[in-house]
This record gives sequence, structure tokens and C-alpha cells, in this order.
Amino acid sequence: MKQFILKRLLSGFITIWFIATATFVGMHMVPGDPLANAKAMKPEIRKNLEARYGLDKPILQQYGIFMGNMLQGDFGISFTQKNRKVNDIIREHFPISAVLGVLALVIAAVGGIVWGAITAVYRNRWPDSVIMFLVVVSVSVPSFVFAMLGQLGILNLNNWLGFSLLPVAGWGSPSHMIVPALVLGLGTMAYLTRLMRSSMLEVTSADYIRTARAKGVPPLRIFFKHQLRNAILPVITVLGPAIAAITTGGFVVELVFAIPGLGRYFVQAVQQLDYTVIMGTTVFYGAFLVLMVLVVDILYGFIDPRIRVGKRGG
Amino acid sequence: MNHNLTTVAMPADAFETLQLQVSEDVMVRPSQSYWQDAWRRLKANRRAIWSLYLIVALLGFAFVLPLVVKLDPESQDLTQISQGPSFARTSLIVDTAPWAGRYADHSVATNTRLTQLQLAQEPHTESVRLFWQPVHGAVEYQVYRHILVPSGLLDLGLPLGATQYPDQVYYEDRLKLKTDPYYYSVVALDAGHKVLSYSSLEVTPRHATSYGDALRRGLIDNSVAIGAEVALPRHLLGTDQLGRDMLARLVYGAQTSLFIGIVAPLLFVALGIVYGGLSGYLGGRADEVMMRFADFVIALPFLLFMILFRVAMGIESGESGITPMLIALVALGWPSVARLVRGQVLQLREQPFVEAAQLMGGSSTYLIWRHMLPNVMGVVLVSLTFAIPSAIFTEAFLSFIGMGVAPPTPSWGAMCNDGIKSFLSHPHELLFPALLISVTVLAFNLLGDGLRDALDAKMKGE
Repeated sequence: MKQFILKRLLSGFITIWFIATATFVGMHMVPGDPLANAKAMKPEIRKNLEARYGLDKPILQQYGIFMGNMLQGDFGISFTQKNRKVNDIIREHFPISAVLGVLALVIAAVGGIVWGAITAVYRNRWPDSVIMFLVVVSVSVPSFVFAMLGQLGILNLNNWLGFSLLPVAGWGSPSHMIVPALVLGLGTMAYLTRLMRSSMLEVTSADYIRTARAKGVPPLRIFFKHQLRNAILPVITVLGPAIAAITTGGFVVELVFAIPGLGRYFVQAVQQLDYTVIMGTTVFYGAFLVLMVLVVDILYGFIDPRIRVGKRGG
Repeated sequence: MNHNLTTVAMPADAFETLQLQVSEDVMVRPSQSYWQDAWRRLKANRRAIWSLYLIVALLGFAFVLPLVVKLDPESQDLTQISQGPSFARTSLIVDTAPWAGRYADHSVATNTRLTQLQLAQEPHTESVRLFWQPVHGAVEYQVYRHILVPSGLLDLGLPLGATQYPDQVYYEDRLKLKTDPYYYSVVALDAGHKVLSYSSLEVTPRHATSYGDALRRGLIDNSVAIGAEVALPRHLLGTDQLGRDMLARLVYGAQTSLFIGIVAPLLFVALGIVYGGLSGYLGGRADEVMMRFADFVIALPFLLFMILFRVAMGIESGESGITPMLIALVALGWPSVARLVRGQVLQLREQPFVEAAQLMGGSSTYLIWRHMLPNVMGVVLVSLTFAIPSAIFTEAFLSFIGMGVAPPTPSWGAMCNDGIKSFLSHPHELLFPALLISVTVLAFNLLGDGLRDALDAKMKGE
């Protein structure tokens, strides 16, 4: 187990290094110049600015400094916002995205497992058809349409009630979170429902279920103790990638609902060509995703002992 | 009918003893290739076949329709902005000379309340002419226009202006009128600017074009008189906020979206086959290194790098980035296909028929082309079908946040981005592109499901 975790940690570390390098190379391939956005400036001022951002050094040295700072968790200073550190931006805005993401993930996971189990139990009967139809619709409609519909729904609900039950946009209280999280989690929930359904169906025909039934174990006990527990395993493996989908999918929801999360900030930074913020956010997100996949992998190793024996790849 | 039975004498040698026929069991079902078999199974899946028809129809919509009908996605029809879908629309040709107006001696007015707020003529989008009875003591009237029902004196909407003379009891509104209902309010004020009374009126102007404008736009010739009705250019699915034809934009948007959605997956699937096939075929150390690299690329946060690519290629916001988007999709999309193909190749290498072919002296090229590729194609085809909707989604998503296709190039995502701003008042501008995206994605997803079942492709390693 220890070896497994160490191995995964090492590969995770290399992946983060790769992401950082790819980001650095990508940003330095830019034909334009990072200071071009600023107004026409005197050569002396330009020189000072270049020195401030370390742009006057040779590229390899810049890379070294970038990596060194990154290792210390320092992403530099924003290009467009005077004296604002990228670290501060991340510290300020990431928790908002994270809260939204976690909430969405919980909704998606719980919903996916419940709906998936229901469809499997009522296989080929109407609850199955209805839910699977909704699943197909959810994966076919773009998330921004759902975000719009969610907002419209709140508006109509408030109009109908005559007072403001849920805020239409913004951030701050739990009531701000419900609809955005629901919208954000919808796609993943549909995906997990599908997965849970096929996993449940596979388990249903397993030998140990037949054995349990033959032994006269009560149906409810079979369902919870044998079927559900085994069927959930594949769902857990995809939680890592699901976190990735939810965090990056957050861009749209943050834009539509005017939530001051990191995703919205990233889009804004790209529009303003704020190089340090773009690089910092990308590396941060990349590291975060790698870490999440790692956590899920290790978690999975704990839950399913069969995985632990270093049988990976293939 | 006659039943005349005649007897004919037959000689014995007219008969012949039959040989006992031993019929062998013949297989009636003709031998079918893997693909014939898969096609037969796919045809049995009604949802998949309907999706296939739908995809063909969408391709026709995008690539054949503009050849048949002349469509212009860029020209603006400023007389018709944000119009809903309709088959025909007419416009009234009107004169633009200012209104002489109405006056009433305010000193003899006896009304204490503002009454009889009226229209002097049929309201149209070039001018709305209001007049009313003078109010006792009033020296000035203020006119407001609201798009909602006014709820009180403090909610009258946009202030249009005030009357100039105490005797003036009319107002002509010529400010950017649309064919939507408006609520006009007139407030009577006394010399001390105290509100005496106010009254509101609902007005829905009809579409009108000024004579000079109509001539200039070529809607009419000199023979048409003022007051005539002319047919406006037809917009079957309405127009957007800049007066561009929605149908034309949807067609050309489909070209952009489907081009990115189909070409990018084709390219990265091809790359994935080569990379994965090579990795699986070489095996050993090379395989390990190649797959580790693929793992790294998979670990990159996809959307962030899609946007990063755009920045890295020097595309500024507001510029269209179809090629960067294509390159980014290919650069980030291939690893999952490569993994899939490699897994298949590794499995196939162990198969007896490959070994047999190898023993019989088949060359590498022969093995790859005859055995490996055809057996991998099933899985590849399925993953291609599933890659298309996700590529279409990616395009839509990026264009929606303004990081993809930029105006004036139409794409479904960009159209959604435009339409979302006026979703409440003109829902068709968002509805149509969003619907097309959903239908396309749905069709490809259902076809992918059908193909997966028909080809019995186990999507292992994805």
C-alpha cells in the first residue's frame, strides 16, 4: 500500500511538473509581447517593467526562476492589477469555486447513485425509461442553456411567490449556491447515473447475488449490502475526472450567475492577457486536478483491496 | 367447368426409379463479414438509424442548403432587428415631416385631471403622436415611455421630454420605436413644478419605413405613394439583434460548428491510431515512454489548455480562432484514442489468428493492414462518434465565453452568446442555436450508443 501511494505521488508530481512546463512553453511561444497592452512607454520605463517581471533574463533562466518560485508556491505578480499577487487572487477566489464545485459534486454523486440504482431496479419499465430519457437530454443540452434556464426558473419562482426566495445572481449566502450547484452538477449526475445503471445491472447477474438469494437473504439486505456496495465501486473511480469536469465547467456557471470564482477570473485574465495570472491559475488548477485524481485513486485502493496490488495500466 | 376424366394407358418404361437422395445439411445463412453483421444489427436499432438520418439532414442543412438557396449571414436589415420567426411581414411607407401638433388655450381649461390621452394617427415605428385635453393650472407636461405597465408616479419609465409652451397639448415620439407594446404616460405640472395629474396609454406601433429610407434601401420605387404597404425581406426564423437573418446564420454557423466538430475528431483519432498503434506494436520501453507521455497530456486541464492555446497562438480576444481551436482540440484529444488503440493492439497481438499469420510468413505491413487495423476500427469508430459531440460542445462552450469563434463569423456557440443577452425579450435568438446544438449532440450520442452495441465494442482502457 505504501509503495502504491509513493508511486502515485511521484507520478503525480511529474505530471504537475509537466503541466507547469507546458504552460511556461505555451506562454513564451506567444508572438506578441506581454507589455504590448500598456500604453506607449519610454524605453527606460519599459526596461524597468521588464526587470520587474524578469523578462530581461534569458529564457532558460526565466524558466528556472519560474520553477523555483512555483516550488515555493509563489506565482508572481499580476500584469494588469498593480501590486496584486497571483497567490492572493487564487486565495481569494478559489474557495468560492471550490465550495460551488464540492456542492455540485455531492449533488451529482448522490443523484447519480440514487437515479442509477432506481433505473436498474425498474429496468425496462417506466421509471427507467423516464430517467434515462432525462439523462440523454441532460448530456445533450449545453450547460449554459441550463444555467440560463436555472436563472429564469428562479426569476419566475420569485415573481410567482411575490418575494425573493432565491437570489438570481451573486454570491454570499447558501441560497446563492443551490441553483448554480444544481446546474453545474447536472451533466456529471447524468453521466454517473448511466454508469451506476450499467454497474448495477452487471452486479445483479453476479454469482454472489444468486448465492445470497439462494441462501434466503432478505431482498432489501441483498440490495443494500451486496448490490449497491459493489456497484458503487466503478462510480468512485470516475469521481476524479468528474471533479475535473466540474471545476472547469464552473466557468460558465460563474459567468452566468455572476459568481466571483476563479474560473471567471481566469477568463477575464485571458481577455486581458494577464500572463502571470493565466500561468498561475493553469498550474494551480492542473496541480489541484492531479491531486484530486490521486486522492480518489488512493481512496479506491482502500475501498477495494484488489486494486492495491500494483496491477496498473493495460 | 367440365370434369372429364380420360384414361390414358401408360407403358411401364415410362416410369423410372428414383435414386434415394441424401440431402446434406446446408447452411442457409450466407456468411457475412464483421461489418455486414454490424450494419444489420445497427439497422435493427431504430433510435440509432433515426439519429443517422438526422445527422444526414443536419449535414444537408449546413452544406447543401446554401448551395440551393442564396443565404447571406452578414448583411444587416436594420428595419427588422430582433424580429421573431414569421413568414411574411409588411411595412407602412410613411412621411417623415414633423407634426404641426395641437394647441389649446390653457387659461380656459376646466379639467382638473388629465383626460383623453389619445393618438392622433395610427402609431407606427417612425412616429407615435399623442395629444390630450389641457389641465387647469398646468403649464408643462412631461412625457414618459415604459415597456412595462407603470405601477405609479415613480415608475413611468423613460422620460422622453417635456412640452415647450403652456398651450402645447401634444407630443410626438420618434425615439427608436419598435413593434413592441409601450406604455406612454403624460404628467401635468403646474408653475411650481407640482404634479397635478397623470394618465397612461398603451400603444403598439406597427412597422413603418420612411419614404426616403425605403427608396434608399430599394424596398420601393418612385411609383409607390406614401401610405402604401410594402413587403419586407423575408426572414423565416427571424433576425438577430443586428438585423441579420437567423436562418442564414444558423446554416453558416452549422458549417463552422460541424466543421470543427467533425474534422477535429477525425484528425485526432487518426493521430491516436498511429500513436497508439505504434506504441502497442513496438512494446517494451518505447511503449512505456510513449504511454507515459500520453498520460501527461490527459492530465492537462482540458478547457484551460484550450484557452491557453489560443493565447499562445497570439489570438487576442475578439479575433476568430477556428484554426487554433482545431489544433488545440487535436493536440489535447489524441491520447484517449491512443490508449484505446494501444490496448486493442496489445490484445490482438496475443490472438491466435495473428500468431498464425505471423508463422505463415506474413509481413508486418500485411499484419497491420489485414489484421490489426480492421479489428481496431470498431472501437475507433465508436470513440470517433462520441468524440464529435464533445468537440461540438467544446466549440460552443469556448465561443460562449468569448474564447472561440468571434464575430462576424457565425457559429452556434457564438450565436448562443449573442442571444443570451436578449433572452427574455427575444428568446428565439438563443433558442434556435441552442436547440440545434442539443439535437446534433443528441443524434451523435444515440448513434454512438447504437454503434457500440452493434460493433460489440468494449470501450476498455478509455
